[in-house]
Amino acid sequence: MKYIRQFGIILLISALGEGLHILLPLPVPASVYGLLLMLAALSAGVLKVGQVREVSGFLIEIMPVMFIPAGVGLLTSWDALKPVWLPVTIITILTTIIVMVVTGRVTQAVIRKGNGGQKK
Amino acid sequence: MKEFLENSVFFGAFISLAAYEVGLILKKKFKMAIFNPLLIAILCVMAVLTLLNVDYEAYNEGGKYISYLLTPATVCLAVPLYEQLTLLRKNLKAVAAGILSGVLTSLVSVFLLAMLFGFNHEQYVTLLPKSITTAIGMGVSEELGGIVTITVAVIIITGVLGNMAAELVYKMFHIHDPIARGLALGTSAHAIGTAKAMELGEVEGAMSSLAIVVAGILTVAAASVFAGFI
Repeated sequence: MKYIRQFGIILLISALGEGLHILLPLPVPASVYGLLLMLAALSAGVLKVGQVREVSGFLIEIMPVMFIPAGVGLLTSWDALKPVWLPVTIITILTTIIVMVVTGRVTQAVIRKGNGGQKK
Repeated sequence: MKEFLENSVFFGAFISLAAYEVGLILKKKFKMAIFNPLLIAILCVMAVLTLLNVDYEAYNEGGKYISYLLTPATVCLAVPLYEQLTLLRKNLKAVAAGILSGVLTSLVSVFLLAMLFGFNHEQYVTLLPKSITTAIGMGVSEELGGIVTITVAVIIITGVLGNMAAELVYKMFHIHDPIARGLALGTSAHAIGTAKAMELGEVEGAMSSLAIVVAGILTVAAASVFAGFI
């Protein structure tokens, strides 16, 4: 029963996120609205972590698997990708690594300055 | 046999899970970044489909039930984030500086490389939202006049790459702070990177979840400015 209720709450918030996505003319997906709604509900005390803990832990744990179908879908976009694959691959690899390094180093530098430092 | 595979609703979901299991076993055995379970799983499924001559659409009849859970799972990212709110408040400045610098770096580096390769406007804006979560990235690409199919492909490749490379990058560039590690994964590799951050630790996972939301929204605003540069 516990799991049914937890999953029910999560699906309800997902559905509310979907509703906001339809109502508001912003390029924000239902999942992001849902995340913000869940955060708001927890912060406001409307929802307790204990009411969703197990099922949310389970869903987060199996999350990597959920990207497999989208990844396999690259098979179908190969035709579109073919003419530009080399520059696109180079740009993708370089920018991903650069962004990771910059974000990590900047955050770390500011934390080490004891929150008193400035950006970069 | 082929007819069965093309009509089964469980086959696609099953081989996805089985392929991930293969990835986990290989990762355990070889412990190298290239043996990333997600990458292995995607390649295995591609190989099985090609060998058995099964269409992607047929596979996705089962696969879509796994993808279906993606929205509820993303909603659940709020739980670890909520549990780290105190830590977030304490490090607000560092968090804001990290995500903002990451978003700007992404846009500037795509712009510079696109110039270098002589991309036209359409190709350039296709790549602009490459580091943000798929659903937001698709919207940005469409709005700016990009090729949405390629945007989706590049976003997924970016995610898998970030998921694979993170541990090596952190070692090479001495990124040890869990807050920094989480933000770096979420800002560079969105939800697929966050899946990795969750494996690294609770703080990493929470910060990565936060970065998906903030980087996604900042990119929507900033990409429309950057779109005018080429």
